[in-house]
Amino acid sequence: MTTSTLRVAQRTPRRIALSQKLGRWDIRFSPYLYISPFFLLFAVVGLFPLLYTGWVSLHAWDLIGGQGAFIGADNFFWVLQQQKFWIALRNTFSIFLLSSVPQIIIALVIAAVLDTNLRGKTFWRMGVLLPYIVMPVAVSLIFSNMYGDKYGLVNTLLGYVGIPGIQWHSNPLASQFAIATMVNFRWTGYNALILLAGMQAIPRDYYEAATIDGAGALRRFFSITVPQLRPTLIFVIITATIGGLQIFDEPRLFDQYGTGGANSQWLTLTIYLYNLGWGQLNFGRAAAVAWLLFLVIVLIGLVNLGITRRIASNEGRKS
Amino acid sequence: MTASSPLRPRGRFLTIGRPSPIVYAFLAVVMFASVFPLYWSFLIGSGDSSTINDPNMSWWPGGNFIANAASVINNESVNFWKSLGNSVIVSTVVSASVVFFSTLAGYAFAKLRFRAKRGLLVFVIATTAVPIQLGVVPLFIAMSAFGWTGTLGAVIVPALVSAFGVFWMTQYISQALPDELVEAGRIDGANMFQTFWYIGLPSARPAAAMLALFTFITTWTNFFWPFIVLNASNPTLPVSLATLQANYFIDYSIVLAGVLLATLPLIALFVLAGRQLVAGIMQGAVKG
Repeated sequence: MTTSTLRVAQRTPRRIALSQKLGRWDIRFSPYLYISPFFLLFAVVGLFPLLYTGWVSLHAWDLIGGQGAFIGADNFFWVLQQQKFWIALRNTFSIFLLSSVPQIIIALVIAAVLDTNLRGKTFWRMGVLLPYIVMPVAVSLIFSNMYGDKYGLVNTLLGYVGIPGIQWHSNPLASQFAIATMVNFRWTGYNALILLAGMQAIPRDYYEAATIDGAGALRRFFSITVPQLRPTLIFVIITATIGGLQIFDEPRLFDQYGTGGANSQWLTLTIYLYNLGWGQLNFGRAAAVAWLLFLVIVLIGLVNLGITRRIASNEGRKS
Repeated sequence: MTASSPLRPRGRFLTIGRPSPIVYAFLAVVMFASVFPLYWSFLIGSGDSSTINDPNMSWWPGGNFIANAASVINNESVNFWKSLGNSVIVSTVVSASVVFFSTLAGYAFAKLRFRAKRGLLVFVIATTAVPIQLGVVPLFIAMSAFGWTGTLGAVIVPALVSAFGVFWMTQYISQALPDELVEAGRIDGANMFQTFWYIGLPSARPAAAMLALFTFITTWTNFFWPFIVLNASNPTLPVSLATLQANYFIDYSIVLAGVLLATLPLIALFVLAGRQLVAGIMQGAVKG
């Protein structure tokens, strides 16, 4: 009896110490453990591949043969001397502008309309979002049919109003326009909903004050809605930039060959990357294109950042 | 005051200030543009190979959709059932994993104290702007080295957790879960993981469901990386659509029937959860 009490008295403090220690480790290290999956995965499948792309680009590197000799910047020189690279760069920008500019303008208008006191709000909102669930590959197949050169729906309709058919696949600008339509089809409604959310966050007093001052609906839209929406607009623009400059799915399935057209009419940089890597099996050159495209995206991103900063300082001045 | 304003009548004042019919006409046009391409693919997909060349084609669907769909399903190189199954597996596993790991990390960022928290969170957000797609060459080299090319693992593993998901859950949990609740759990003697499991996770359920939905759609529609790393004998749906196009580019009725078949599951999802999708995009926009 006495001995057992004594034992308990002896053991308890040590046990508490141990469990306290474990508890402290738990508190200290659990947070890092919980966030570690993201960082580990990002390091392995995000950061490492991006950096290693640089290493691959400095070598002769074959899909089947693997790593070859170190050749310095030769892959970059080779790529930069290809006419196709510059055509692909031009096309990528062209498709990007043809898709993002009208898309954001139309999305703004749709958002403004959805922001009125509509009957059946949810119905209209769901309606504009429907295209978002159609995969880009499917969108491309449907639209490349509608934009058929000979019997396509678009040309048939143009024929009704007396406009001669457009060569949607052989004319570079026409093909880029067609591909931009696919992007717009899928993303305009999605972006309209983001802008709508931004609009609803604008304090209603602004509109009341403006109305009292005699501003009409159009004036209110341009003097209140658009400036107040700048942060949301920038978010939409940046997302559209990062995705748009890497465009692959839609142009890839615009015809059955998938190489960007016989004369590279709608060849984009990512298709060019794919063709070099998995068509010509030249990983060194594909990696060089990947790095160049990365630089392009960073460059455009910095331009965006500059705009963001300017707008932020404008807001600072106002308040 | 705001509710009764003539400009922004809301809530109870529904009868005041209805928009003009022009607004509805405009929305009807937008709606038409949203639905028409799908209707068009049904129109062509239910005809035969001559429908597209017929200058007097009908605007009503023909009767060949089942036959065209059967041609898609029975085509051996398209592997329709296998690609459907693969898409279901990949999208489900990726969604479940993204939700779990993002909630775990989001909970840590929102409710736990640790050193360098702010910096790490900023890092996570910054990575959403990194075009990781451009790392495909080394990623493919690595997958080849592991012998993973052509297997679903090559598509699943790189997508197991996403920066967007972590950010999304952090935002939600920091405002939805009161600190007192977490502390109460700790005082009651729950260890860190128990607190997360019994208090953090249930409170995050609405945002987790939303995240699952968007991850599912993104994964389902993803083409570039699966197209590179998988092959026609073990594809996901978008990859098998590319095969279908290569095989049948002459007969668009079969290609577009296949397009519809591949889109149907997400149309069903849209009918069930379209409301949540709308809400999710709008919530994300306000927070982002």
